[in-house]
Amino acid sequence: MIGYILRRLVSAVLVVIATSMIVFLLFTLGPSDPAQRLCSADRCTEERRALIHQSLGLDKPVVEQYLTWAKGVFVGRDVSYGPGFSVDCPAPCLGISYINKEPVFPTLMERFPATISIALGGFMYLIVGVIIGVLAARRRGTSTDRGLVASTLIISAIPYYLVALLAYLYLVLKWGIFSETSYVPLTEDPIGWAGALALPWLVLTVYFCVTYARFSRGSMIESLSEDYVRTARAMGVSESKVVAKHALRAAVVPVITIFGIDFATLLAGTVFTEAIFGINGIGRTALASITQGDLPIISATVLIGSVFIVIANLLVDIIYSFLDPRVRLS
Amino acid sequence: MTTVDRTMPEPVVAPSSAQQEPFLVVEDLTVQFPTHDGLVQAVTDLSYAVELGETLGIVGESGSGKSVSSMAVLGLHDAKRSRLEGSIRVAGQEIIGASKSTLRRLRGNDVAMIFQDPLTALHPFFTVGNQIVEAYRLHNQVSKKAAWNRAIEMLDLVGIPEPQRRVNDYLHQFSGGMRQRAMIAMALVNNPKLLIADEPTTALDVTVQAQILDLVQTMQKEFGSAVIIITHDLGVIAELADDVLVMYAGRAVEHGPTKEVLTHPEMPYTWGLLGSVADVVSDTSKPLIPIPGTPPSLLNPPSGCPFHPRCTYQDHVEGSRCVSELPLLRPGPRGESHLKRCHIKDPETLYQEELKEEIMG
Ligand SMILES: Nc1ncnc2c1ncn2[C@@H]1O[C@H](COP(=O)(O)OP(=O)(O)O)[C@@H](O)[C@H]1O
Ligand SMILES: [Mg+2]
Repeated sequence: MIGYILRRLVSAVLVVIATSMIVFLLFTLGPSDPAQRLCSADRCTEERRALIHQSLGLDKPVVEQYLTWAKGVFVGRDVSYGPGFSVDCPAPCLGISYINKEPVFPTLMERFPATISIALGGFMYLIVGVIIGVLAARRRGTSTDRGLVASTLIISAIPYYLVALLAYLYLVLKWGIFSETSYVPLTEDPIGWAGALALPWLVLTVYFCVTYARFSRGSMIESLSEDYVRTARAMGVSESKVVAKHALRAAVVPVITIFGIDFATLLAGTVFTEAIFGINGIGRTALASITQGDLPIISATVLIGSVFIVIANLLVDIIYSFLDPRVRLS
Repeated sequence: MTTVDRTMPEPVVAPSSAQQEPFLVVEDLTVQFPTHDGLVQAVTDLSYAVELGETLGIVGESGSGKSVSSMAVLGLHDAKRSRLEGSIRVAGQEIIGASKSTLRRLRGNDVAMIFQDPLTALHPFFTVGNQIVEAYRLHNQVSKKAAWNRAIEMLDLVGIPEPQRRVNDYLHQFSGGMRQRAMIAMALVNNPKLLIADEPTTALDVTVQAQILDLVQTMQKEFGSAVIIITHDLGVIAELADDVLVMYAGRAVEHGPTKEVLTHPEMPYTWGLLGSVADVVSDTSKPLIPIPGTPPSLLNPPSGCPFHPRCTYQDHVEGSRCVSELPLLRPGPRGESHLKRCHIKDPETLYQEELKEEIMG
């Protein structure tokens, strides 16, 4: 068991390192010259630009640049963009913003609680989806079941941002059922926090739960036909316990695995959610950076996102090994 | 969903005045499954009875309705997906159409089942002990501690070494034979009066097979329960069963005391079964002759005698009765207890004079 987790941990670290390399490479080989960005438009001479280029180390080999960058992640560094212009970027240093010349990481961390709060909706859609899936599996073939399957097909044919936009338009602007969304820190006002996020959570849950309802339905139908479920019935276990204990235990395993794989979808959903509902999280910051060409913010977001995906997968692997003793004990 | 039964719970065991009949009585049982392809006639007009302390062997090729008929005894067929007719009585209690709570009290308690493949029939995610404890506590109001002790005792009883330790193991940590022992331990944990063993040894090698069958026999002697053993192996029948029921295409085709049926078989399908296995009566080696052809589809059972497409003895029956007329299950020339479903007039003479040599080697 410990060995299994250690192996997973090592591979997770390797994945993060590989991702950082790819992100770095895209960043350095990218079309725009960072020196151009940092060179204030009004006073920018070709000479000055070259100087900034040199101070940033952009004339050095890519490998060396990467190592400097990687070292900064662990111990911090000074990012200098020309003589007399230097920013102290403490560890973990993911570069400085081209726009406000501040270290990227603390900026993103400020936005972090909002993003995590929205992502909590992900667990709601997982739970709601599994519950609906189980109920549909028990009623398979009935009109309730067919209605569910049909609605999942319809909903998954509509893009998420459209659903979110329409929800915002109608539920907030037109009918005023929900107030304008914003982010209220949990520590300041828990009720305000939940109230402000109620609509994003609702939209995320409704939209994504149908996918999980469909997965869970299939998985549950399969496990309900397993021999060990028949054995449980043959021993006199009540039908509700057969479903909730014997069948569900086996059915959630593939669903959770898919949730781990699909974690990136939740992050993408969070980005759209932040943008549409005007919540200042990492996703909205990243979107804004794209229009401003603020590459360090974009690449740091990608890197942080990938770290989250890797952590999510690691957690899923660990949960999986707890659910399935065959993994844990082999 | 069926409606909830709000009447008083019926007693599972009927008063002893009604206890004249055998512990298990199956009468004209018909089980059908409506499917997209049509109606699967899995079991048709099946009747048999088993007394406490007795063993009935049910034999037949795969797909002959052995499992479906025995699962009906536990009421395990989903009412929405199957049609059941006839009567199944366990200690006088009717099973067909019984309420959920009646079935629940009966299952695993009065009647328990050992399934064919313990690797799939036990839960992979719960420990073996956990599953036995659950089975025990469903029918006995005891503490968890007492139930765990009972589970250890049962594992010990079925011959699992170090039961104290193995009780916490998962199924995949057991060998094939041990899994089947664990399955038996679970089935026997509530001292059932009727034990149905559905091909309990099919997946096991010969030595383990013998051990498991021994175990079933010992348990039966100890508890005096009725046992149904389902198999496609006549050797198992010869060793364990008092009575044997031969099934073909969902019907009984021969039924009687084991020794009688195995030494004086009266139905060509039974002859075929005897010819296709090693000698079950005297252990000598002989050539094995497989039955030609394959079992019929139960979506479209053959006309007349279901065995006729594979039967090589139709010239012993006048006309084409085998094709046109279903033979009734009736006593043959050797007495009331030996039933067969066949048009051949004098199967005994045919078998003893012409076939025995060839079949029994
Ligand atoms: N739930 C079901 N739906 C449709 N057909 C079934 C079902 N269960 C069993 N059958 C069919 O019934 C026939 C008898 O099956 P079974 O009793 O399992 O045979 P066996 O004698 O090998 O135990 C088979 O043809 C099988 O395909
Ligand atoms: Mg079977």
